[in-house]
Amino acid sequence: MVLSLHMPGSFKSLIELGDFYMGTKWFTPNKEISKTLYTTAGLVVFILFLAVWSILSYGGLVNPVFLPTPTAVLATAADLLIHGDLLSNIGISFTRVLAGFLAAAIIGIPLGILMGSLKIMEGAFEPIIGFIRYMPASAFIPLLILWIGLGEPEKMSVIFLGTFFQLTLMIMDVTKNVQNELIEVSYTLGAKKFQVYTKVILPASLPGIVDTLRITFGWAWTYLVVAEIVGASSGLGYMIMQASRFLQPDKIIVGIITIGILGLLTDMIFKGIYRASFSWMRKDGF
Amino acid sequence: MAANAPKLEIKDVGKVFKTKKGETTALEKTSFTISDGEFVTILGPSGCGKSTVLRIVAGLEEATSGQVLLDGLEINGPGPDRGMVFQSYTLFPWLTVKENIVFGLKLKGLSQKERDDVAGHYLQLIGLEQFGGHYPIQLSGGMKQRVAIARALANDPKILLMDEPFGALDAQTRNIMQEVLLKAWEESKKTILFITHDVDESIFLADSVYLMTARPGRLKKKVPISLERPREFSVKGTPEFAKYKEELLYLIREESLKSV
Ligand SMILES: Nc1ncnc2c1ncn2[C@@H]1O[C@H](COP(=O)(O)OP(=O)(O)OP(=O)(O)O)[C@@H](O)[C@H]1O
Ligand SMILES: [Mg+2]
Repeated sequence: MVLSLHMPGSFKSLIELGDFYMGTKWFTPNKEISKTLYTTAGLVVFILFLAVWSILSYGGLVNPVFLPTPTAVLATAADLLIHGDLLSNIGISFTRVLAGFLAAAIIGIPLGILMGSLKIMEGAFEPIIGFIRYMPASAFIPLLILWIGLGEPEKMSVIFLGTFFQLTLMIMDVTKNVQNELIEVSYTLGAKKFQVYTKVILPASLPGIVDTLRITFGWAWTYLVVAEIVGASSGLGYMIMQASRFLQPDKIIVGIITIGILGLLTDMIFKGIYRASFSWMRKDGF
Repeated sequence: MAANAPKLEIKDVGKVFKTKKGETTALEKTSFTISDGEFVTILGPSGCGKSTVLRIVAGLEEATSGQVLLDGLEINGPGPDRGMVFQSYTLFPWLTVKENIVFGLKLKGLSQKERDDVAGHYLQLIGLEQFGGHYPIQLSGGMKQRVAIARALANDPKILLMDEPFGALDAQTRNIMQEVLLKAWEESKKTILFITHDVDESIFLADSVYLMTARPGRLKKKVPISLERPREFSVKGTPEFAKYKEELLYLIREESLKSV
């Protein structure tokens, strides 16, 4: 079954297939391979994964109470989408993730830039942030509930705590990596200290900042479930917890896959922004 | 200001770096002057403090002792009156060639029209008219340094400081760049302080070559170069050129023997 998926549709992919089996290009470190081969490799692994799942579930090797069939999961997904509250749960969860993440970014980006460029700021904040970031965000939940109750601010705070400290330190590193000579040359061209930030440090760190946001937004999604496990009455995490209580593995899987897709989509959006904004980083200029 | 007053005056400038392993004297008390429009090259072995002198003049490093006077006024920190070209590539990668050239003019608040005029002039001077819209990543090393020179000149500084700007280029490109620079210098009448450890380069470009001793650096000798101007590549094959080269090589050898 897996092999039949390789069946080449055109002469071009036939050659590539030959390349794959007979050549060693794909086994050379750092060597570029064709786009088709690259995508095919990803597709094959994905299909392999689905195949294992299918064999286990359709084949009756695993009790459906633990692992439902792909079709059952699809049916549940459609049902939740049309009759259930999947969409509203997505909306609620997305709002929480976005709000917590935005708060982290709005404070973390300027703070990280200052820490990366001013030794006094690094000296002041690096020790405490480096310390807190090793404290698990989930362990703060009881304290947060005590302080601000069970409402939306608590959920957003968990996301904030989960992303803020890492984000700030990553932005600091990005800023530190700005080539010092670029700053020096801007001084000799007449830049004042403030202009060094706006004309050099910021544009030079921007690609790194966007990339950092992409990565930390991904983490924000993983903190969502943690935030919604305790004291939530809506959201994807809540949906997953409820499904677990009522032995609905299909619903759990729908929840997990939904979070995965949302994470993937935001990742792609950030990558799109990156590509569109930083053509100066590519030789071909596209 | 008197007509024959020096453009740049370096008075007893010394530099000691404090490091974990103690103190390094990078530069012993050094004095020299450069007159208006003069092209001076500083020649010296690696680590003798050439970059240190230049960075002190640029205001990027503070001298431990002494003073630097530009047009009779003591310098204090970096400023647009002293343009700088580094050995490493320092074009702003997110700006096009044209935007790089007018970076300083934009800071000064010149209008778009004025900036376009200046950019056009310098693009032509460095022979990169076709590349105004390119990004630095799309340029060769030699092209990048041409733009860096144009960027510094476009800002109209009182003096141009160059720290081995052609050090990373291959011999062919280096020769061409030297000619491009001389052309730009002749046109702009700028005072230039140029650092190199290439003997040929120091002679070909300079009105005066300042030879430095090995570390801790100090000025060893000033060698005036009276080759005719404008100079072309062919001057490197003349007996006069060879004579200067011989003299400098002899002085350098004397220096290296001392340190052995
Ligand atoms: N920031 C610094 N801290 C400590 N020591 C330094 C610093 N900068 C330079 N030095 C030391 O000062 C001495 C002179 O350095 P400098 O860079 O001026 O030499 P140079 O003549 O430019 O050498 P090169 O030809 O290799 O560029 C060297 O011994 C160097 O190690
Ligand atoms: Mg140097």
